Parts: sequence; structure tokens; C-alpha cells
Amino acid sequence: MNELVFFINNVIIAGSVTGSIYAIGAIGVTLIFSIMRFAHFAHADMMTFGAFMVLLLTTLFPAAGTSIGVPTALVMLPLAMLLTAVLAVGIDKAFYKPLRAHGVKPIVLVIGSLGVTLMLQGLIRLFSGTGGQSLYVDDRKEIFRLALPFEGARAPIVITEPQLYLFVITLVAVVALHVFLNRSRLGKAMRAMSDNPELAQASGINTNTIVAVTWVIAGGLAAIAGTLLSLDVTFKPDLSFFLLLPIFAAAIVGGVGHPYGAIAGGFVVGFAETLAVFNWNVLLRPFRDSLPTWLELPSNLAFVGTEYKIVVPFFILVAILVWRPTGLFKGKVI
Amino acid sequence: MSLPMSSTTPLLEARDVHGGYGGMNILNGVNMTLNANEVGVIVGPNGAGKSTMLKAVFGLLNVTQGEILLNGQPIHNLPPNKLVERGMGFVPQEKNVFPSLTVKENLEMGAYLKPQNVKRMLEQVYAFFPPLVEKRHQPAGELSGGQRQMVAMGRALMAEPTLLLLDEPTAGLSPLYMNEIFDRVRQINAAGVGILMVEQNAKQALAIADKGFVLAAGQNRFTDTGAALLADPDVAKSFLGG
Repeated sequence: MNELVFFINNVIIAGSVTGSIYAIGAIGVTLIFSIMRFAHFAHADMMTFGAFMVLLLTTLFPAAGTSIGVPTALVMLPLAMLLTAVLAVGIDKAFYKPLRAHGVKPIVLVIGSLGVTLMLQGLIRLFSGTGGQSLYVDDRKEIFRLALPFEGARAPIVITEPQLYLFVITLVAVVALHVFLNRSRLGKAMRAMSDNPELAQASGINTNTIVAVTWVIAGGLAAIAGTLLSLDVTFKPDLSFFLLLPIFAAAIVGGVGHPYGAIAGGFVVGFAETLAVFNWNVLLRPFRDSLPTWLELPSNLAFVGTEYKIVVPFFILVAILVWRPTGLFKGKVI
Repeated sequence: MSLPMSSTTPLLEARDVHGGYGGMNILNGVNMTLNANEVGVIVGPNGAGKSTMLKAVFGLLNVTQGEILLNGQPIHNLPPNKLVERGMGFVPQEKNVFPSLTVKENLEMGAYLKPQNVKRMLEQVYAFFPPLVEKRHQPAGELSGGQRQMVAMGRALMAEPTLLLLDEPTAGLSPLYMNEIFDRVRQINAAGVGILMVEQNAKQALAIADKGFVLAAGQNRFTDTGAALLADPDVAKSFLGG
């Protein structure tokens, strides 16, 4: 029983946390690709920017959430989403739009976004400092321990307050995006432009509006992902940057340009990472007596050490692209 | 030339239109006049600039010289979405549907600028192209060529255009669908929509044309009524395969 609890805590919960954050990040990357056809490398630092806005606002008004019993950071999240959306639209106007107007190749935009990422990182670091800071400025991080009603179950299932919020917010964000893309006029126009930009224009769709809406959504989602990540651990100016590669892996694994693929890809990559560093020895322990005596189990039976976690997304990426070159869902050919 | 002179402003008028892609001129002075409710057909050999002329009318091409007027208003070099607002609809030859959107969503996109019309126009388009009704929840990319052409024309009709531009609507279709599309074009016109189309099947197209424009090397070679062009032995010899 304790082995099962260990598995739930270290794989199911940990994998869902990582998967949710990768999924929300990858949706933004994939939406930007489907509308503007370039890989937006500054996405991770837009996530950091969103989290930093939450940190600033929470520091300014530390008690805003106490009256309604919600962590102040979450009360500030909608405002931070708005600010990040404004930043995203502003970055597009200042840096990407002039490049598009010149009709440059997508790779120029990619390099441009690398420049933007360095700039954003520098700016955030300038104001936040380089150390870690908790988004729980004035609140206490609740930790829930659910004891299982079984005999011999000693360890409880442990889930923290930010993790619960993370699952709820991810679910709400995904459902809202689904409704937007399939029910609203603007969402359908966005899918139409992703399918065939010339015909979208010939139907009277203003493509500039769609581009702006894409940045608003991508910016808002980036703020959510960055904030939820920083709530789960702590805010650091380079925290999201290290997620850039797994997020791109998730978007590609799911099929580039496919929002549902990005969600699936996020969870595939998230769980693969978690399973790869999971110590399987624990699960084998109950069967120790039935194993042959010459087989001695090492105390750490993980596929890779935690320090090599970063290679896992790429292994998954290569494996899936060999098997399905367009990703799990049929994405666009890059 | 013996075109009937109309006292009212023509629906579409092109005067000495020059233009092309990236500095290379394909159109070297094309003239066209189309009145409301007329069918105009552009025919000519490959590379004559037929599709290019259609694209110039729809603002997809830089017009370097000359002018294009819609209801007497200059429209050359206006972006396509502005022309849709002014009552123009365009059905490209290729890539004329949104493949991952359902048939219904494709049609809805046609009425993007007139969302209040969607319901009424959907009913009209379904009545006009009955095969689309049962396919309405299917992605347009899964349809056959003929059904796709119906979706493409339906999408353009959703905006209730006064002038519909069709680029080779029967290209690659079986003879059965070809006749069907020609019938539909005639019906759309009967409902009061002006039509300007480029067609490879010149004889069939000219048979339903009020005006025919035979282009060669980016210029008008013959301009007359469809019937007169069909009867002209010179046109027949050089452009209609005898």
C-alpha cells in the first residue's frame, strides 16, 4: 500500500503538475506557430514575465486575498495575464510586425525572438534580482495530507494548495480555449487563418486582428503557466527559461499547430520525465522475497539520474517523430 | 466592337490594367466592362494572364498602371477584405476551402463580416447545394473535388456578393460535376449576382456568357458577347480548337 502511495505522490501528482505546465506553455507556442508560422523562443520568458508581474503585485498588495481565503498571488493572476498580454502585443508591434512587413523568412523571426528572450531575461533580472522568491508573500502554503483508509498505509497522499489550484486552472483554461476555438466567431476565424491565410483574407477576415488575438491568448496562457510554476516551487528569473526546450518538445510531439496535440504532448513529455527519474526499486520492494537471491536490487533503480532529466523530452521527441513524423495529432510540416 | 452601351454605371470596369508579380508584367493593358447581372468569361491560351487579371480585380496583385472601378469607385490596390465589404466574392482555383474546418464552419467564415446573416444564408446555401447538408459536420478537407468546389462557392455566396469572381471552377472535375457547376453558376447569376469567371472549357463557358474576353499575352484579343465570340471563325480557329 505504501508503495502505491509513493507512486501516486511521485508519479501521478508530480507528472500531472509538470504535464499541466508544459501543456499550457505548449498551447501558446503552437498557437503562435499556427498563425504566424514561426517558433517563438521568447515564450518561456513571457511566462517568467507573467510570474514576475504576480510577484510585484503580490508584494504591493500582500493582503488582497486574505478576505476571500485565496492566495493573493492567484487574485493577482488575471491582472498579470492582462499585463503579459499587453507585453506580448507590444513585443509583436515593436519587433515581429516590422519583420513580417518586410516579408522575411520564418528563421529571421525565430532569431528575432531569441533576441527578445535575452532582452526580457535581462530586464526581469534587473528588477527581480537573481535569487529565488516565494509568491506566497503573506500567505501560508497549505499542504494537504490524505491518509488512505487501508490497513498498513502509513504514508499519506501529499498534495499542496498550489498544485490543486494548478489542476483546476489548467482544466478551466483548456475548456475555455476549446469553447473559444470551436464556438466563437473569432476562434473559428483563428482556425481558418491557421488553415489557409489567403482564403481567410478573401473571406473578409482581418488578419491583423487575428494576430493580435493570438498574442493576447498566448500572453495570458504564458502568465498562467509561469505563475503556476512559480507557485509550486519559487519564482526565479531563469526558472521558465529551462522549460523552453521541453515545451517545444511537447508542442512538436503533439503535432505543431495543433492545440489539442500540445495538451497531449505536454502530458506525454511531463509524465515521461517523471517516470524516467522515478525510483522503481520502491515498487519492487514487496516482491523482494520472491526474487532470486543472486539478483540484488540497487537502491536507486531510475532510468536516468535527476540531473539528466532534461534529455528525456528529446528522447521522447526523437522516438515519436520517428514513429509519426507529424506528431501525435497531425500537425503542420515545419 | 458592338457592345451594348449602357447609360448606368457598369458593375465592374477595368481600364488599361497593367500589373504582375515582382516587377515582371503579365497584364499589358486589359480592358473590361461588366454590367450588373451579367456573366463575363475570360478565356485564352495558357499564360495569357486570365487568372492574373482575376487576381488584379480582387486586389491580390499590384496594379502598376490603369484602373479598376467597382460601381464607378476605384478599387485597385485595395486589400481583399475591403473588397469583400464592398460586395465582391472570390473563389480561388486551388486551396479554396479551409480543410480542417467543417463544411458549416467554412460557410460561416464566408459571412464573417455579416454575422447577423449567417443563419438565413446557411439555409439558402444548403438549399442551393443540397449535397452539403449531410456533410455539414465533416471537415472540408475530406470532401471530393466537386463537393469542395460547392463549399468554396457557397462560402463566397454567404457574404451575398454583387460580383462573384470564379477562377476555373470546373478545373479537375468530372464532366458530371462540370455540368452541375455550370448550372449553378447560371442560377447564381439568375439570382442577381454578376459573375466574372476564368474557364478552360471555353465553349461551354462562352455559351452562358453575356460578355466574353479573349486574352492573349496580357491584352484583349477579342471582346464581344459570348454568342458572337462562339460564332466568330477567327476566335474559333485560334482559341477554341477549331
